[in-house]
Amino acid sequence: MEREVQRVRAAFGSGRSRPLTFRRRQLEALRAMVQEREKDILAAIGADLSKSEFNAYSQEVISVLGEIDLMLEKLPEWAAAKPAQRNLLTMLDEAYIQPEPLGVVLIIGAWNYPFVLTIQPLIGAIAAGNAVIIKPSEVSENTAKLLAKLLPQYLDQDLYAVVNGGVEETTELLKQRFDHILYTGNTAVGKIVMQAAAKHLTPVTLELGGKSPCFVDRDCDLDVACRRIAWGKFMNCGQTCIAPDYVLCEPSLQDQIVRKVQEAVKEFYGENVKESPDYERIVNLRHFKRIQSLLEGQKIAFGGEMDEATRYIAPTVLTDVDPDTKVMQEEIFGPILPIVPVKNADEAIQFINEREKPLAFYVFSHNSKLIKRMIDGTSSGGVTGNDVIMHFMLSSLPFGGVGSSGMGAYHGKHSFDTFSHQRPCLLKTLKREGANQLRYPPNSQSKVDWAKFFLLKQFNRGKLGLLLLTLLGVLAAVLIKRYQAVLRTKALLLFLAVHRRAIP
Amino acid sequence: MSGIKRPGLAKDPGSESTPGMDPFADTLQRLREAFISGRTRPAEFRATQLKGLSCFLRENKQLLQEALAQDLHKAAFHSDISELIICQNEVDLALRNLCTWMKDEPVAKNLITQLDSTFIRREPFGLVLILSPWNYPLNLSLVPLVGALAAGNCVVLKPSEISKNTGKVLAKVLPRYLDQSCFAVVLGGPEETGQLLEHEFDYIFFTGTPRVGKIVMAAAAKHLTPVTLELGGKNPCYVDDNCDPQTVANRVAFFRCFNAGQTCVAPDYVLCSPEMQARLVPALQNAITRFYGDDPQSSPNLGRIISQKHFQRLRGLLSCGRVVIGGQSDESDLYIAPTVLVDVQETDPVMQEEIFGPILPIVNVRSLGQAIDFINRREKPLALYAFSNNSQVMNQMLDRTSSGNFVGNEGFTYMSLTSLPFGGVGKSGMGRYHGKFSFDTFSHHRACLLSHSGLEVLKNIRYPPYSDYTQKLFTWAMGSHLCTLL
Repeated sequence: MEREVQRVRAAFGSGRSRPLTFRRRQLEALRAMVQEREKDILAAIGADLSKSEFNAYSQEVISVLGEIDLMLEKLPEWAAAKPAQRNLLTMLDEAYIQPEPLGVVLIIGAWNYPFVLTIQPLIGAIAAGNAVIIKPSEVSENTAKLLAKLLPQYLDQDLYAVVNGGVEETTELLKQRFDHILYTGNTAVGKIVMQAAAKHLTPVTLELGGKSPCFVDRDCDLDVACRRIAWGKFMNCGQTCIAPDYVLCEPSLQDQIVRKVQEAVKEFYGENVKESPDYERIVNLRHFKRIQSLLEGQKIAFGGEMDEATRYIAPTVLTDVDPDTKVMQEEIFGPILPIVPVKNADEAIQFINEREKPLAFYVFSHNSKLIKRMIDGTSSGGVTGNDVIMHFMLSSLPFGGVGSSGMGAYHGKHSFDTFSHQRPCLLKTLKREGANQLRYPPNSQSKVDWAKFFLLKQFNRGKLGLLLLTLLGVLAAVLIKRYQAVLRTKALLLFLAVHRRAIP
Repeated sequence: MSGIKRPGLAKDPGSESTPGMDPFADTLQRLREAFISGRTRPAEFRATQLKGLSCFLRENKQLLQEALAQDLHKAAFHSDISELIICQNEVDLALRNLCTWMKDEPVAKNLITQLDSTFIRREPFGLVLILSPWNYPLNLSLVPLVGALAAGNCVVLKPSEISKNTGKVLAKVLPRYLDQSCFAVVLGGPEETGQLLEHEFDYIFFTGTPRVGKIVMAAAAKHLTPVTLELGGKNPCYVDDNCDPQTVANRVAFFRCFNAGQTCVAPDYVLCSPEMQARLVPALQNAITRFYGDDPQSSPNLGRIISQKHFQRLRGLLSCGRVVIGGQSDESDLYIAPTVLVDVQETDPVMQEEIFGPILPIVNVRSLGQAIDFINRREKPLALYAFSNNSQVMNQMLDRTSSGNFVGNEGFTYMSLTSLPFGGVGKSGMGRYHGKFSFDTFSHHRACLLSHSGLEVLKNIRYPPYSDYTQKLFTWAMGSHLCTLL
């Protein structure tokens, strides 16, 4: 493990991953891989999650292709130095922020969307000029094996390496030193990752989870709301970090919601959900049993059918759920939708705030003031109003959590920034040392006043006229440089004194 | 796993200390309740806090100058330019821009979100802990505080116990200017800091050494608390053959000796050729004499070492290599003379740790390439300095190294620029602040997408079952050339 990391580090040290042309080539190769080996990729995802080809394509592959294209288009702009506003003290200097690669990045993927959750961060890391070690989740083993086979065929083998394995291998890997770690997974392991990172002072991005609440107001289009909730909840058999985990609503709405969700389920998956090619399965027996235990003692409004042999759990809705029961104590990550009745929006806000900050918050209402109030009154990684999941789809929005749902963010430019060091640069000339005499000891009151003048005044367009005059003064000083240095300094000081008096 | 978190509990269950023994539980609970009440969110409240901070700086200028003089033998002028004015600047900037910074930031939409409202909302994290060091005890406490308050957080400030006089002023006087239900100053040493770190915060901002940075991050990991760590390292200063030695010497000597060398971004050591060294040393002597006189110990413009412990540490370093300038020390005065060492080896103690004193070792290199290799063999520094008239040299140095910040032909004046983010990379730190970067650091950037219930027909395409026709349509619409839009 150590040797693998060292090899990748040495490759980064060669500087090969830095030129933009190289990064472009790698991204183009990645796109070729996705396009040429599409069938293999869809088959692997399908094998891991019992997912139809179309679902695998529309849920994972499309996002990857979109991200690659975005990076390719924007790379020159994002990688360019950005000039920074200067103050009077530095107005003749060059000041800018230069994005740079961090070095060796570790990406630990998750099993629920095994392709996109590993490759989308990889795209950002490559674009930012880093070397990358990818550790796919061992739970989605088909995808993990495929990535280990395909990536070296398309990407630079020294700069980008896939490491597979379970808990033991991951622990070994985390002992090594990286320059950034992006982890997608659960809160408990998130803490372990951050602890390991602390030993090397490695910055981390943790994409964790939680129970994403969904408030349904009485004043909303219930048909539409229930359809959207059903779509987001039962997609990937509920195994989505930003799935609406549970619903909060007034007691009178419960029955209607149950009915309409049931209608939506029928519409999406047919009478016999088990037969639908678009309905996935639980990833493994451990999770199957875990979700099964959540139903104990619950009032099942519809659903609840299970088949251990195929790890099938039917779309299920629970009503009048007691907040102290097991189903409300952990992230469900399955096709079970509890409805917890609350008196009103305020009680919903209180309910949400008593719990850990979730990764996503959803609210359905026609009343935009209510939506605003609920957003203002809560905190979460992200928000989608009157729909679910969608804030994930827009790459101009940073995707990440807060509190125990995570830290840091990525997608689009946010990926590029996450995997870069934004290095501020100030370049001065060695000339005009005369002007610097002001700051060197021994000191005097006049020097204090001058210091205040330089440090406190803003350099902005409004004062451009004055600055032009100052520049002229400097120019004049430079022209007079043929004479003594003292004269130069005095001329500069004279001009500056005039302007200092002019500025209130 | 996510469970119920009772807001009244400042401690996490399973914490070692018993309620009676925990001196911070009440304070933290009070602050947390204040945050939950929403008091710190409105712009007016935040502006009032910032104005309070501004008054504190203006009305206690002399008191603060005296405290800084007692702690670090800082001349009033130096206190002004490196602490008071910087803080004032930051407060003024935050007050001027608060409403702009607080606004929701609209973001570009794609094809499917054209009719939606999409923006990033900056929200306070909640309860913020600021741990500040002793070398610029006012600046490094208040500048982060400005950001945390502007962002709407409740704050616990723990200044360093080593700069005790400034700490006292911050603990006794500052709270009078701020809303004490949302702000507290906590005093104490490593033990108290350890106790404090067992509690859960929503953000921790630490300035100090990498060693303690690791401890802070490990403690933060237990609660998944995000952190900004402003650490340090050995800041290299490359001096090219193509430059004017006196100008370079002025700049290097001034920034090395400022605050008696106790600056995280001070040039730590010089890399240059033996030929350049021969010209630089006399120029350095010239600069030092001009700045501090023939007897620097009697100059009011030279600071003192903060404590006996650091003084002894620095005195030990004086025996590395060969002293060509300075080398004197006075234990009773905690005085170390501006010193330049030559014939220094990479393995000498003076090259093993951040010096943090007015000692400047010169290490010889034969070429720019050798200097770059030397720098890259070591941990990424907080600041990297290069002096040269040749822009090619400058670009090479910039392209082939990494550091928190980079400066060409100057010292750390860039610290006065609030438009540049200040922070480290690698062992020199993570995260950044100053100006708007502070506000962003202490804010959670919440992604918001507000859609409507109408036009459901447009969203029908995403629902199963997917007929062949739907699949083809979907695939065409999401075809890779359109993916950028989507």
